Amino acid sequence: MLDEPQEQAEGSLTVYVISEHSSLLPQDMMSYIGPKRTAVVRGIMHREAFNIIGRRIVQVAQAMSLTEDVLAAALADHLPEDKWSAEKRRPLKSSLGYEITFSLLNPDPKSHDVHWDIEGAVRRYVQPFLNALSAAGNFSVDSQILYYAMLGVNPRFDSASSSYYLDMHNLPHVINPVESRLGSSAASLYPVLNFLLYVPELAHSPLYIQDKDGAPVATNAFHSPRWGGIMVYNVDSKTYNASVLPVRVKVDMVRVMEVFLAQLRLLFGIAQPQVPPKCLLSGPKSEGLMTWELDRLLWARSVENLATATTTLTSLAQLLGKISNIVIKDDVASEVYRAVAAVQKSAEELASGHLASAFVASQEAVTSSERAFFDPLLPVSLCGMDCLFFCPISQHSTLMH
Amino acid sequence: MAVTYSLSRPATALVAVLLLSFGSVAASHIEDQAEQFFRSGHTNNWAVLVCTSRFWFNYRHVANTLSVYRSVKRLGIPDSHIVLMLADDMACNPRNPKPATVFSHKNMELNVYGDDVEVDYRSYEVTVENFLRVLTGRIPPSTPRSKRLLSDDRSNILIYMTGHGGNGFLKFQDSEEITNIELADAFEQMWQKRRYNELLFIIDTCQGASMYERFYSPNIMALASSQVGEDSLSHQPDPAIGVHLMDRYTFYVLEFLEEINPASQTNMNDLFQVCPKSLCVSTPGHRTDLFQRDPKNVLITDFFGSVRKVEITTETINLQQGSEIMESSYKEDQMDEELMEPLKYAEQLPVAQIIHQKPKLKDWHPPGGFILGLWALIIMVFFKTYGIKHMKFIF
Repeated sequence: MLDEPQEQAEGSLTVYVISEHSSLLPQDMMSYIGPKRTAVVRGIMHREAFNIIGRRIVQVAQAMSLTEDVLAAALADHLPEDKWSAEKRRPLKSSLGYEITFSLLNPDPKSHDVHWDIEGAVRRYVQPFLNALSAAGNFSVDSQILYYAMLGVNPRFDSASSSYYLDMHNLPHVINPVESRLGSSAASLYPVLNFLLYVPELAHSPLYIQDKDGAPVATNAFHSPRWGGIMVYNVDSKTYNASVLPVRVKVDMVRVMEVFLAQLRLLFGIAQPQVPPKCLLSGPKSEGLMTWELDRLLWARSVENLATATTTLTSLAQLLGKISNIVIKDDVASEVYRAVAAVQKSAEELASGHLASAFVASQEAVTSSERAFFDPLLPVSLCGMDCLFFCPISQHSTLMH
Repeated sequence: MAVTYSLSRPATALVAVLLLSFGSVAASHIEDQAEQFFRSGHTNNWAVLVCTSRFWFNYRHVANTLSVYRSVKRLGIPDSHIVLMLADDMACNPRNPKPATVFSHKNMELNVYGDDVEVDYRSYEVTVENFLRVLTGRIPPSTPRSKRLLSDDRSNILIYMTGHGGNGFLKFQDSEEITNIELADAFEQMWQKRRYNELLFIIDTCQGASMYERFYSPNIMALASSQVGEDSLSHQPDPAIGVHLMDRYTFYVLEFLEEINPASQTNMNDLFQVCPKSLCVSTPGHRTDLFQRDPKNVLITDFFGSVRKVEITTETINLQQGSEIMESSYKEDQMDEELMEPLKYAEQLPVAQIIHQKPKLKDWHPPGGFILGLWALIIMVFFKTYGIKHMKFIF
């Protein structure tokens, strides 16, 4: 819509104020949020013009950038638990890299000869999304096909629609029996996200997922926080007309990837933005991610990293403080210095708004502090049998909150 | 006083109806809130099961640990999330009359060793240091993934320990001890690094309650089989195997767990009632002051099973088809696929032929000369020894 001459720096926002009667925006809309860190706000000729326009700009800015609840979600495990909000539990923890695995589950190969162009779909839809997210970590993508992998739950038959269904109460028990066959956790030390596409067997086709009210879910998919998502792909009944088994099934990767990418967004904590009233939100670009959503993620991650690094260094200091004379190796000491320097740098960069360098510095801080804390040569326990006789009785040290 | 009771009938009816309607609205609201509080904040489950004894006469400790391992697996925690530490010298012990088995019930009803036991730390690897390293995560980088406790701040961890213990310590493999202070400090390190959301600690040893006296980190619930000064007793000896097969507390805990399935709503208060003094002889104890939630709101499956939290996906992204260049490359891929020979899965093996093969009939040969000679020798010796008068009993 608007010509954007220069690339916006990460963490910045540009708001254009247009005249009150301009036809750039539809008549009833007051503001517009674009996909690339720009927004348009309608101006007004009024005595209180500055206040009103200022409020509108603040509303738009809050929708597009860091707010208190984003911060609260990032620091969720350091705050006292008094709210059980699902939003805070869902996102993956900040990590240097992630592994994403796509699995096709075909429990009935005698009836369905399923083909999915996963390489093409990854190249066309997933890779651009991950490239847009690349600032948040390294991603590696795998895929596999599993035959004779059943769900752990028997679906029920609904005679009204002559289809099978799984209701919400059964869904938690679906994942465990399948998980041992996925084999994904053996490979790497990065957190793994599993996306499963299940083609139900002929005897249980078509299979729908029902929500709490008994209505079939439009996406026919569900996800589990910090684990991944499962989508049920029903074979079109028209393909059975030939009546020669196995039937060749070509999976519509666009439909599948629309759901998987939406689940990936949710699992990363990229929530739907809170749009202010009378505001037009542009859809995301073809990658599925708006640049300012990435900025929010990086802000939240930077804050989370800084909190983790600070906690680690503090508990390391407490641990070493309890031992009066201990020899610390040089590399542990240098890691600690490096971590402290990185924390300071990251805080400075955040204060001056340089998001990219702040995030990199915060990641460095976490890596160095973890390396220092988890050094295998530090003593694991502070006292052995001596404790029974010599150690002081009071053990209730002050905890960090 | 009389005034309060003199409400007229219609008024009372109206008040009753109003109260009922208000009550039902409030009840549904409270139910929603209760559901919220009932739910714990965890997204995954881990289990660390430790048997600290070795040697044949400590068979029951291995059976204890393996039985808990079986239950935990049955309720859904996968092997990749279980760290099992056993001396593992029972199944193949030369004194085991039934090799490759470990039984937990007398009359050899249940073999808890089975075919798919995954022991992560076995034999001399079960040391205090390794145990504390597993808990705190201070593991050398070369350690394989199956030997690590990769929990995070949303993990509920079950820690079960059994063996020989005393007031404030637990013996490891008859050569070293772990004190309750070390254990409490390890848990504190885990808390500082947010390596658990909630922790359930169960210990079945003599004077087991002394091991949880020193805990000071939040979100820990602890159960023990006996108080300080009491011994935990074993359950039943098996005369064929020659040792006691299980300890009483774990035996009754397992009976309790047999009733639990992944969808159970049984809570922790029921677990606290398991094994009263009449059955256990010792007094089981528990500690919940560090735990934030009320034990009656904590489901057994929050720790012993692995029930995932799921949410329905309600959103999708709109994916554009992409530029023309990409579309043409897509068509090329399609053509390549169709040119390839379609692989059929169903008929690659002539399974029907293999399964229904009849066994080949072997030809019968009469016994050879050597066999005949041997039998003749045996019969001759018999008649020589006992006299020929016995021949009438044979022919």
